[in-house]
Amino acid sequence: MKAPLSWLREYAAIPYDITAEQLENAFVSVGFEVESIDIQGAELTGPLVVAQVVEIEELKEHKKPIRYVGLDCGEGLTRHVICGAQNFAVGDLVVAALPGAVLPGNFAISARETYGKTSNGMICSARELGISDEHSGIIVLAPDGAAIGSDAVEPLQINDWIVDVAVNPDRGYALSIRGLARELAASLAVKYSDPAAAVDASRYPINSDGVQISIDDSSAASVAYIRTIDGYNPTAHTPLWMRRRIEKCGMRAISLAVDITNYVMLELGQPLHAFDRTKVSGSLHIRRAGSDVSIKTLDGQVRKLAPEDLLVADEKQPLALAGTMGGEFSEVTDSTTSMAIEAARFNPMDIAKNSRRHKLSSEASRRLERTVDPSLAEIASARAVALMCELGGAHHLGSAVAGEPRFAPVVTINPTAISELLGLDLPLALVREKLLTVGCDVKENSETSWEIDPPSWRFDLEVLPDFAEEVARMVGYDAIPTRLPVGKSGASLTPAQKRRRSIADLFAHSGFSEVYNYPFISQAMLDDLGFTGKRAAAFRIANPMSEDFPLLRTHILPGLLQAAVRNQSRGAKNVALFEIGTIFRNWNELPALPEISTSSRPSPSDEQRIYDGVPDQPTMIGGVVLGQLSHAGWWGKGSTFDWSDAIAAVVRIVESTGHVATVHASDFAPWHPGRCAEIRVGDIAVGHAGELHPRVIEKLGLPPRSTAFASILTAIPESGVVPAPQVWTMPAAVQDVALVVDSKVSSADLQSALIEGAGELLESITLFDRYDKMGEGKISLAYSMVFRAADRTLTAAEVSAFREAAVAVAAERYGATVRA
Amino acid sequence: MSSSLNASEIESATKAALQAISATPDLDSLKQVKIDFIGEKSALALANRALGTLSPEEKSTFGKIIGAARSEVNAAFEKRTLELEAERDARVLLEERVDVTMPARKVLKGGLHPLTILTNEISDLFIGLGYQVADGPELESEWLNFDALNIPADHPARTMQDTFFVEPLAARLVMRTHTSPVQIRTMLKNEPPIYVICPGRTYRADELDATHTPVFSQVEGLVIDRGITMGDLKGTLDYFARAMFGPDVKTRLRPSFFPFTEPSAEVDFFFNGRWVEWGGCGMVNPKVLRACGIDTDEFSGFAFGMGLERTLMVRHGITDMHDIVEGDIRFTQAFGTGF
Repeated sequence: MKAPLSWLREYAAIPYDITAEQLENAFVSVGFEVESIDIQGAELTGPLVVAQVVEIEELKEHKKPIRYVGLDCGEGLTRHVICGAQNFAVGDLVVAALPGAVLPGNFAISARETYGKTSNGMICSARELGISDEHSGIIVLAPDGAAIGSDAVEPLQINDWIVDVAVNPDRGYALSIRGLARELAASLAVKYSDPAAAVDASRYPINSDGVQISIDDSSAASVAYIRTIDGYNPTAHTPLWMRRRIEKCGMRAISLAVDITNYVMLELGQPLHAFDRTKVSGSLHIRRAGSDVSIKTLDGQVRKLAPEDLLVADEKQPLALAGTMGGEFSEVTDSTTSMAIEAARFNPMDIAKNSRRHKLSSEASRRLERTVDPSLAEIASARAVALMCELGGAHHLGSAVAGEPRFAPVVTINPTAISELLGLDLPLALVREKLLTVGCDVKENSETSWEIDPPSWRFDLEVLPDFAEEVARMVGYDAIPTRLPVGKSGASLTPAQKRRRSIADLFAHSGFSEVYNYPFISQAMLDDLGFTGKRAAAFRIANPMSEDFPLLRTHILPGLLQAAVRNQSRGAKNVALFEIGTIFRNWNELPALPEISTSSRPSPSDEQRIYDGVPDQPTMIGGVVLGQLSHAGWWGKGSTFDWSDAIAAVVRIVESTGHVATVHASDFAPWHPGRCAEIRVGDIAVGHAGELHPRVIEKLGLPPRSTAFASILTAIPESGVVPAPQVWTMPAAVQDVALVVDSKVSSADLQSALIEGAGELLESITLFDRYDKMGEGKISLAYSMVFRAADRTLTAAEVSAFREAAVAVAAERYGATVRA
Repeated sequence: MSSSLNASEIESATKAALQAISATPDLDSLKQVKIDFIGEKSALALANRALGTLSPEEKSTFGKIIGAARSEVNAAFEKRTLELEAERDARVLLEERVDVTMPARKVLKGGLHPLTILTNEISDLFIGLGYQVADGPELESEWLNFDALNIPADHPARTMQDTFFVEPLAARLVMRTHTSPVQIRTMLKNEPPIYVICPGRTYRADELDATHTPVFSQVEGLVIDRGITMGDLKGTLDYFARAMFGPDVKTRLRPSFFPFTEPSAEVDFFFNGRWVEWGGCGMVNPKVLRACGIDTDEFSGFAFGMGLERTLMVRHGITDMHDIVEGDIRFTQAFGTGF
């Protein structure tokens, strides 16, 4: 809310020497963020005078219409100025800057030749004076607004500070000068006078002479006042002081009747609505829309009504969307002479829903949905009547009321608990003083039992912590001394967290750059990568940022591949990326979750229902390499990161967790069907790796034979305690064997057969050569086997026997023959 | 058998040997010198061998003389060897010198994303204070993300403008808007005292620009124990801020509003001459504790939450959020694997 300091001063005795920084801190320390303080008038020096337009010569020979205007500036002569604006006529009062004046932006006014004429000054717009952004025309003052030739700085109240204060949703009362002045006075510890207390509502007694009102749905409003005035002069003008205050608060002056309702809302915080009384049939009713179909609101829009919409209606039709916007039919016009002024304390929830359903946030709804002081319906409506009478020549015809104000209940608290919660030892007298400052009434039953009656404008003071916050912000949060609590000994990362951290380190240390991609993907991406069936079963976001990416990723690779492409498009030749993140798989039908109360812990079955309603979300690591990881340089060539390196990456992940990985041929999107491996721990598939499918590579524009790998970290079991190996020290014996097998036989299978046949003393086995050109669909695989015994040097005869036993199993299982 | 040994001959053989050793110019010729003056056929070796033929008295006398002579020659030889080796090294190794300033990196430079490094740093900091690090799902139940946190059904945060809702809507699943549901899960699954931090990815429907991203990271902290006060919250935040922004950093709490804390505050820190908004905090609202079955007469607690991206941006002078989210390797590489 924007508030002029001059207006705040009217109710709070703010020191005159306050600095902008002090003012900001005063608001901040009681919980109001200051968005800006606009110091107006500081860059302006006169002469700036009120002038009357006495003649207008239209200059038509220029590209845009230009006026040569004769002004009476009270100098006893006509002063001529050039003006580009068109929004004024002869007889209007305007604001003229005379030669010698300096306007904001260091704009010095002097007599000058322009458009072939001599311009002896300038007629000013609000923006030129630095008092608002209004620049659609020059300022035109009301006819009786000021004396011709008088200084304009004072009546325009140019010298002022405009404080823009952010108001939190629990402090609706502070969307008013009344509320902000109270907070500021409390923060500065200066005197405050409540403008609501200055209103004498008894001058306008309740009777049956005016329009009557009823609250048909008692849940919709607690109290509503309607006051009827007559004899209003529709040609009366808004006085300059009121217009300027409204403008300084960021609203526009419209007409006296509308301005008065807005002014009172800004002053007190109670939104008001004025109906043209001649358009009202019978009594007003606060009621639901029910079967009403539509209403045309002030902004000219026809709004389709929902049955729950809250309305103010007469006997015939809806007249206003309650608390949100008035209807066009009963709008106050420039011929209205009699009005019914409504002020109600609506149920905030209903106004919030009105506003949300109709996407209509108004100054009124913003206040009413944050709750308004229920005592204000009476006071603010009376204040508006008083101003209508004073400024518009109206007289009060009659007032009516429905319902009565309902206030927040009295609360009993133990005041010593406030100090305990804050960790700040406060004397009870001080606690009491601060509670009084924020408007509470305090009845001290004993030192440990106080009855506190919250002020009429607060509905958020219900339990001890609420009062503790009030006391704390009045004392200042800075006063609370600090203490560092220490938790439980033995804290550490969980095994899963340690695993994630160590695997991230592993890749970061091996040339990979970690990235975090958004998990939003497109159907096209799933299709391009060849994901089908369960692997394409993605959750859909109901309201995605972009309709192109409405799905949640089912796999880590889509985002990684796009990040790789992005790097490539920025000129990177060698790119190695990895990401560890959550994947989302829409595999099971999700049951509807009923409303579950939060007033106590949910029942075990409800709690389980909440957990069961959240799908399992595995953690996946993925990696993509384009080009070379070991790159070329002065040392010579680099080496391409190929399908085998990708598989090795997953094997390293598994081994880093203390498990043994086995590698199996696979055919899995988005990989090359002949160059994809599935990596398993025991029987559990934990990852896939290899060369990307050529179609995927082509689609994404990646370098040929780019590779990728992925592994579900949460699928790899915890390894538990790893048993120590036996480290034997007797000499090892090495046996090499080259076997010829059918090319369909995998080296891992053949190796398993050799291991099985070689016996217990086989220490290690390594494939060291592969020869594909044997012909007749045969290949040769050469292994090196190392044997070792615990207690002796193995003899040549022993190790050849082991080798032959190994070959025998390979021969039996895969038809392997020893290569000649 | 008369003595075939002669003291002066031994002396002159010794002199000759010493002279030859000192005159040897290189390691190759030193090998010949060793054969000639120390080897089996050298004069001193032959003399030594002749000792066996002498009478016990002579053996004693000449034994000492020959022993002394051979030690002297051997010592001189060792010394000269070391000298010549040092000369050779100085010459040869100099010739083998390379330009060690040539780029040594033959494998791409890798790195952890700074969000990971920061998360690790914060986790370690709080583990040191006796906190556990808790994780939870990113696609989360609305009950845990909103209801249990005293965020009512009509709260603006629950509108489509701010929160990503996931179909089917009846299942009431959202992309978590903060890591607070992890706090709720922790309170439901554990008895107090609870000391926990919850780092993780969170989601709000903001357009990506220089300072906003719809997918961001938070770290939240939660303490539930007997006698926990707002002073404990302040002390913990100060400790945290000093670890993040240096030992002299100033913090301030400003009264604020959150449905899940009361009193509530925003925490700011003073950095490079201005107050920077860091996060929200407060004493856990008793309504939240009750929804988690915690006895509010016995326990109180505090909670806080910060955006990690903002922390990174301020601390490391990152001016554009795009750098954090786009996955350019040049950005990650700069951070290596630790700050």
